[in-house]
Amino acid sequence: MQLSREDLLKAYRRMVMIREFEEAVHEEFSAGSIPGFVHLYAGEEASGVGVCMHLNDNDYIASTHRGHGHCLAKDCDEHAMMLEIFGKKDGLCGGKGGSMHIADLSKGMMGANGIVGGGPPLICGAALTAKTLKNGGVAVAFVGDGASNQGTVFESYNLAKVWNLPAIFVVEDNGYAEATSSRYSVAGSQVARGKAFDIPAIEVDGSDFFAVWEAAREAVERARNGGGPSLIHSRVLRYYGHFEGDAMTYRPADEVANYRANKDPLMLFRRRVTEAGLLEGSALDEIDRSVKDRIAQCVVQAKAAPEPTEADLLTDVYISY
Amino acid sequence: MAKKSYRQAISEALSQEMERDPTIVIMGEDIAGGAGAEGEQDAWGGPLGVTKGLYTKFGPDRVLDTPITESGFIGAAVGAAASGLRPVAELMFVDFMGVCFDQIFNQAAKFKYMFGGKAKTPVVIRTMYGAGFRAASQHSQCLYNVFTHIPGLKVALPSNPYEAKGLLIQAIRDDDPVIFFEHKAMYDMEGEVPDETYAIPFGQANVTREGDDATIIAFGRMVNFANTVADKLSKDGITCTVVDPRTTSPLDTETILETAAETGRVVVVDEAHPRCNMATDVSALICQEAFDKLKAPIKMVTAPHAPVPFSAALEDLYIPSMDKIEAAVRSVTGKSH
Repeated sequence: MQLSREDLLKAYRRMVMIREFEEAVHEEFSAGSIPGFVHLYAGEEASGVGVCMHLNDNDYIASTHRGHGHCLAKDCDEHAMMLEIFGKKDGLCGGKGGSMHIADLSKGMMGANGIVGGGPPLICGAALTAKTLKNGGVAVAFVGDGASNQGTVFESYNLAKVWNLPAIFVVEDNGYAEATSSRYSVAGSQVARGKAFDIPAIEVDGSDFFAVWEAAREAVERARNGGGPSLIHSRVLRYYGHFEGDAMTYRPADEVANYRANKDPLMLFRRRVTEAGLLEGSALDEIDRSVKDRIAQCVVQAKAAPEPTEADLLTDVYISY
Repeated sequence: MAKKSYRQAISEALSQEMERDPTIVIMGEDIAGGAGAEGEQDAWGGPLGVTKGLYTKFGPDRVLDTPITESGFIGAAVGAAASGLRPVAELMFVDFMGVCFDQIFNQAAKFKYMFGGKAKTPVVIRTMYGAGFRAASQHSQCLYNVFTHIPGLKVALPSNPYEAKGLLIQAIRDDDPVIFFEHKAMYDMEGEVPDETYAIPFGQANVTREGDDATIIAFGRMVNFANTVADKLSKDGITCTVVDPRTTSPLDTETILETAAETGRVVVVDEAHPRCNMATDVSALICQEAFDKLKAPIKMVTAPHAPVPFSAALEDLYIPSMDKIEAAVRSVTGKSH
């Protein structure tokens, strides 16, 4: 399987969408327009998009508290997402979930998750559904380096292997569990952890879309063909703090600037495809422009959108009462 | 009508529903028993034999033995429910909620609300509760009150074999997450259970006795204690209404308030610890909504605020007894011996 021109344009568009979305949320949060807790995915775009390019609406993903990027990578609607993050009635979750619980099951997006390590058991379940119904589906759990130390993650590796589930675990290691370095908090290596469960595991540069895409291609193919779970250790870069408002004093002062200048996933993608003559710079410029406009429009509309009302407070607790 | 045990009633409900709906899978630790071993593959049917035979009937794709990994498989049941199956997971003892509660109360219970109404999580978690087995502090608790506290969960407490079959069928067909509490001391209890399937709606209390002098509201196994006490007292001329709410969430507040108002004298019997349990919950409800109908202070008969003890002598003191229920009824009616 190769990436067509359409695939490359789609991948770039999704990555730019995530970047613009997160930059806008960063700005609006700083201005005080967005309530609650917000965790941004800027800098990690190639990881989520490289994986989700292999998935369709019947495949499930479970995300983390840093979930906007996975949501957009899984093709959730950016307009409804922006409204949700602003807490509006017509948001993707009616304003009841917000940034940390953003979800769209119709797109196979099983939710960002406020509980670190909450997603992997759920993804074992989604993979069990695919296996039981024999619908060819796969399920992907994104976890951070922080979550990788949770018992639920190890339980899920074990269960996925024991039940031979079409599950993929993507450990997105941005180097920091909140403020604690993964050099301190993670014993052994992510790949060795996978291999301890006899799960094929590989480490990739998560800033390199093509490296992620290739690793995910193999993992998804294995899962769809009944070959069981896989693990991808994706080393990524976090441009902002753990949460918005984090002063990041635990990081070297020039770390993010260096990333942005030398390891930016959008820049690396652009360089690769233009140098190889796969896409021309003007096509990418056009995506940059149109996505920027689209996100600006989403922000304006989100600000003007109506709030939920008291009548919404008690709806959707149950299906039947 | 055929006499069946509580255990058979549950097994029959599972079997009949699994025949009807191929998306129902059951999973749990030793729910078949023997997976990967050299002997029998259907050796146990759960530690108390409730699911015995289902593996042979439905096979390994629908009856799944799990590793001992409650967060993992309860979470998997929740994720499977949110993606198209109707899993019935067995959490062997409710005391083990401590190692998987996140997947129940932060995930399953909240999907529908957090996701703006666009999720359906039809998972059933069957679990054993209650004292009386000399199983000590970590295998004997009630804890249904903890689940009842969480919006988004439904909680069923069948009090006899007939109730067990009908409430479990309802739990399986229900589109919301249901925690289904089976009292371990009741598995051998027999009662009349129809062969055909039937669902008992949630949130509709069952009035098992009708009387004029007092209203006893009791939960789970305690319904049987209350019935026995009511029958005994009727011979002394004290007649009681006994209410089995069947589910603590949703709770049939209407029947509770009506029957409390009718006699004005109320005893609530709950095997759970006394702080923040169903007895305090129901008592508060009655005080708030029907205080003017009360002729005496409400009496609560509960376990004490202590872990469940191992010693038979102590455990017998721990469990709300029929003597204590009788004394409470006599006290609220002012009719002592």
